[in-house]
Amino acid sequence: MDNIQLGEFIKSIDKNLEVKEGKQYVEVTLPATKLHSVAAQLRERDETKFDYLFCLTGVDYGHDMGVIYHLRSTILGHAIVLKVRTSDRENPQFDSVSDIWITADFHEREAFDLLGIRFANHPDLRRLFLDSSWGYPLRKDYVDDINIVTK
Amino acid sequence: MEEEVKNITADEQQEYVINMGPQHPSTHGVLRLVVSLKGETVKSVQPHIGYIHRGIEKMCESITYPQIIHLTDRMDYLSAHINNEAVCLNVEKALEIDIPDRIKVIRTIMAELTRIQSHQLWWASFGMDLGGLTCFFYGLRDREKIMDIFEETCGGRMIVSYNCPGGLMHDIHPNFQKRVKEFIKYFRKILPEYDQLLTGNVIFHERSKGIGRLSLKDAIAYGVTGPSGRASGFSCDVRKQEPYSAYDRIEFKEILYNDGDTYHRYLARISEMWESMNIIEQLIDNIPEGPYAVKMKPVIKLPEGEYYQRVETARGELGVFIISDGNKNPYRVKFRSPNFVNLSVLNEISRGFKIADLVAIGGSLDLVIPDIDR
Repeated sequence: MDNIQLGEFIKSIDKNLEVKEGKQYVEVTLPATKLHSVAAQLRERDETKFDYLFCLTGVDYGHDMGVIYHLRSTILGHAIVLKVRTSDRENPQFDSVSDIWITADFHEREAFDLLGIRFANHPDLRRLFLDSSWGYPLRKDYVDDINIVTK
Repeated sequence: MEEEVKNITADEQQEYVINMGPQHPSTHGVLRLVVSLKGETVKSVQPHIGYIHRGIEKMCESITYPQIIHLTDRMDYLSAHINNEAVCLNVEKALEIDIPDRIKVIRTIMAELTRIQSHQLWWASFGMDLGGLTCFFYGLRDREKIMDIFEETCGGRMIVSYNCPGGLMHDIHPNFQKRVKEFIKYFRKILPEYDQLLTGNVIFHERSKGIGRLSLKDAIAYGVTGPSGRASGFSCDVRKQEPYSAYDRIEFKEILYNDGDTYHRYLARISEMWESMNIIEQLIDNIPEGPYAVKMKPVIKLPEGEYYQRVETARGELGVFIISDGNKNPYRVKFRSPNFVNLSVLNEISRGFKIADLVAIGGSLDLVIPDIDR
């Protein structure tokens, strides 16, 4: 499937999905509540078969916190980007996809460690690089008086 | 009262936990593995990382694109050139700059030399992990020749920083082609010696065949790429899937094996060295004339948007994901590091094997720790 057909197909899965034709990949923005069910469908459906999660990025958008998933199908060769956002900065939480793609386990721990994004139903959500007393350094409002020199 | 006497040996009863690292020589850096053992059998391996976490992604948010290049060297220091290339390609793609052929060809040759020297060092240390100290001397002796070529052209030996957005820092040294051809001629003769020393060795076979088997399904589920993934039959070579630089104009094979054990991960890397030499030979006499860099604006600002670039480093798929808000600094940079993802499979493939096999399995994944921690 090329990107246009893929975009059309994604729209047919659920009406609430916002599909945008990006420069490189089809970009799908979806509500956080739908994330797990849509991800599971993308993994299982014969038309999509996204079996390889090759990148998972946590992003601090200022007001919102978000996660971006890059998926690829090793069988069909197409790729897609999923985006979720939440406005809850205090306790941002999404469903874990580590039961769908095992590799998400480590990626989600990294996002939790550096951005404080929690993943519900993650098997082992611990800090990965940093001590539990650290803040969340990739957040835009992170302050470190000692180690960050501001001009 | 009859007391029930349980006939349990110490082996069955006790599961004890030992720390391997962060200063263990076979972890090749500061990786700490917390290993649960029953007797000598590994029950689980929990990697504890972060000992060399420098916050490169955070640092990238406050510096400009040409400066980021120099940080990427410090991630996977054995694939320094390919890391640089990934950032440059991403910036060039975002700015829609056409890169002259000369730059593409030189980048490809340098990337393949990087791949060979990385595999040489891996072969050297992998042999040493398994008790063959000779490998270490052989591997480093030959790697030195590539280091010298890098030194002449790039100035640096390991941390080359030879790429910059829009091309190369400076032109190749006049001796470059001659030196590379000499090296290929030399290494074609030497590489069979590697096979004599290790590949055909009975002790090596005993320690690697059937050890740490990774199935194709698991390789995809865990996202294990590079030679480690291809040894399990996972066709994941970015050079084939999304050709960048000059990879679309040359003939080369994607090395695939199906067994996915330590021995085949070893064979995959040895075969890749042969294949890299083939690639260099196709290009070294055909470096087109032209400028070595495109003139760029003094301040590089990427248009607002998201850019993703994948490249094939010596260890697997490196992804550079840049979110730009139109400023001279990126809004967010994510490095999808191949080692970080390959490490996550260690627990899965080493369970049930002996503690000594863990060293062999860890070595065959070819982990570079600064790339994991970033």
